[in-house]
Amino acid sequence: MVRRSLIRDRSAAITWRSPLRGQWLTSVLGLVLLAGLTVMAVTGLLSYAAYDPRLPGNDRTTGGGLLKFYLFSWPTHPLWLYRLTEGIHVTLGLALLPVLLVKLWSVLPRLFARPAVRSAAHAVERLSLVMIVGGALFEFATGILDIQNFYVFPFSFYTGHLYGAWVFIAGFVIHVALKFPRMLAGLRSRSLRQELHTPLGQTRPEAPDPAGLRAPAPAAPTISRRGLLAATGGASLTLAALAVGQSVGGWARRTALFAPRGLSAAEHGTWPVNRTAASIGLADEDVGGAYRLVLIGRRTVTLTRDQVLALPQRAATLPIACVEGWSFAARWTGVPLADLARLAGVGQPGGALVESIQREGSFRAAALSAAQVNDPRSLLALRVGGADLSRDHGYPARTIIPAAPGVHNTKWVNRITFTERA
Amino acid sequence: MNAAARLFRRWYGARPWHLLAQVAAFGLAGYAVGAVADAGQWRGFALWFTVAIVGHDLVLFPLYSLADLALSRLLPGSSWPAALRSRPPLINYIRVPAAFSLLLLLVWFPLILGLSAGPYHRASGLAAAPYLRRWLAVVGVMFAVSAACYALRWRRMSPRPRRRVRAGPRRARVRWRSRLPRPPRQARRSRRTACAGNPPPPGRC
Repeated sequence: MVRRSLIRDRSAAITWRSPLRGQWLTSVLGLVLLAGLTVMAVTGLLSYAAYDPRLPGNDRTTGGGLLKFYLFSWPTHPLWLYRLTEGIHVTLGLALLPVLLVKLWSVLPRLFARPAVRSAAHAVERLSLVMIVGGALFEFATGILDIQNFYVFPFSFYTGHLYGAWVFIAGFVIHVALKFPRMLAGLRSRSLRQELHTPLGQTRPEAPDPAGLRAPAPAAPTISRRGLLAATGGASLTLAALAVGQSVGGWARRTALFAPRGLSAAEHGTWPVNRTAASIGLADEDVGGAYRLVLIGRRTVTLTRDQVLALPQRAATLPIACVEGWSFAARWTGVPLADLARLAGVGQPGGALVESIQREGSFRAAALSAAQVNDPRSLLALRVGGADLSRDHGYPARTIIPAAPGVHNTKWVNRITFTERA
Repeated sequence: MNAAARLFRRWYGARPWHLLAQVAAFGLAGYAVGAVADAGQWRGFALWFTVAIVGHDLVLFPLYSLADLALSRLLPGSSWPAALRSRPPLINYIRVPAAFSLLLLLVWFPLILGLSAGPYHRASGLAAAPYLRRWLAVVGVMFAVSAACYALRWRRMSPRPRRRVRAGPRRARVRWRSRLPRPPRQARRSRRTACAGNPPPPGRC
């Protein structure tokens, strides 16, 4: 008796019996992903634009010229711009993962549908799913691993995540174009309000649909449709809530239990950083009395740190917002970059190359645009929060640029080359 | 023209714009992969695309499906008809906290398991050690909250089945009870229905 029931159960598992699968459920999840993944694509491409990749040395990716058509000079107003777009990109990405997984669960039986291929069009359509499913999973995986510094992928994160996004976008657009009418029909097939009032005991399978999403012989439900939606939404909110504090900052940082610069950074008691002085092998002699700042323009000026401190100082409250999603705002004090340009004989700066003592590694230098150099809030900062910079924050001096990605706020600056506006 | 379109449709299985749109999409994706190839990284890129799909569709999905199936089979009484059950079904009170816990682990495993502790420390100056403790704490809290919800629900639904079982053999007592003032009974019923928003089917809420 026991054996027979086991055998029956096993076959039941293989023939997809969940009574919750159906076109309405898939359409609801699809609608959430349509909105959410569109925001992900836009904020992701904005993040690429924020690096001002047209300036020499700033682009971390090669080739793909046609996919860089939309680039514009990244603005310095509003100064929280990158903090917002990248905070959304990372937090929303975490929140959408459960939705993506449940959406894939709802359609996965179709992967094993027979006949596997009905026509040439069907074959092409199935192949095109590699772009959207593979692209989405690839983007979520690389993004989630990167924010934890788990660099196990055998390619550059920037190259992989950018071009993986374009593969995803290609699949996403074609999928939406083909399935949009079916999604609308699915959404109209049931009432959301009704579903939210239907407990387990009254949960019935959906009507059979042309796509064959509903199980042919659904089993009795063990969870209501609203229960599944609540669990999915709850998982999304949980993932987002335990991470978003690293982007909001202040007391909220302590609520970010799992975010890489959340509670841990708050408990550490300092502003979070993305590269420690120890990790680049910064030596005492690099930052001691022998430190010199070299400004290159029409003339070359060499300054000690004390001489930079003696220049007119300006304070600005500016955020540092990392591509990994975390950010904080602080009050920085230093010399405006435009003032340093004038010191080097460049009255109308058209750009600057800021270089670090750091000898190798990515982002040891950043090219800045004319808008960035000329913004009076762009500083070569010497102090933060009323105290000298810590070594991890770039002592003796670092740049801080409004609305720029964190890595363009170069630390341990020892050379700035200004160019005259053409 | 119509005949040509019909012929195309018979050969291809959809209208011409379907093929045009697909060609455009594959063209765009191919161009992007070409850019990765220019960077000399297409092998790793293609490998990870494949691993992402296979890893989800043929590893993660079967694993969680089997785990869920095993859970529903292992739980006592889960296959009994709802009307015969004296307890509310336990399964979702395990499913939900377990799914949340595993999802958190799926996302944050490099920090929780300390796999990226080195690069993370070099980047942030912070230790990965607290993440495992926090995850275990969150798992504990979620199961505890779930257990509390279950206990609450069990208490809410327990009066009715007990009374029903006794109702048959002890008719005299029931008759005697039915002469009691009504308010307490109504209060009990409204308490029972409160958790679903709808009158519950027998044995469930």
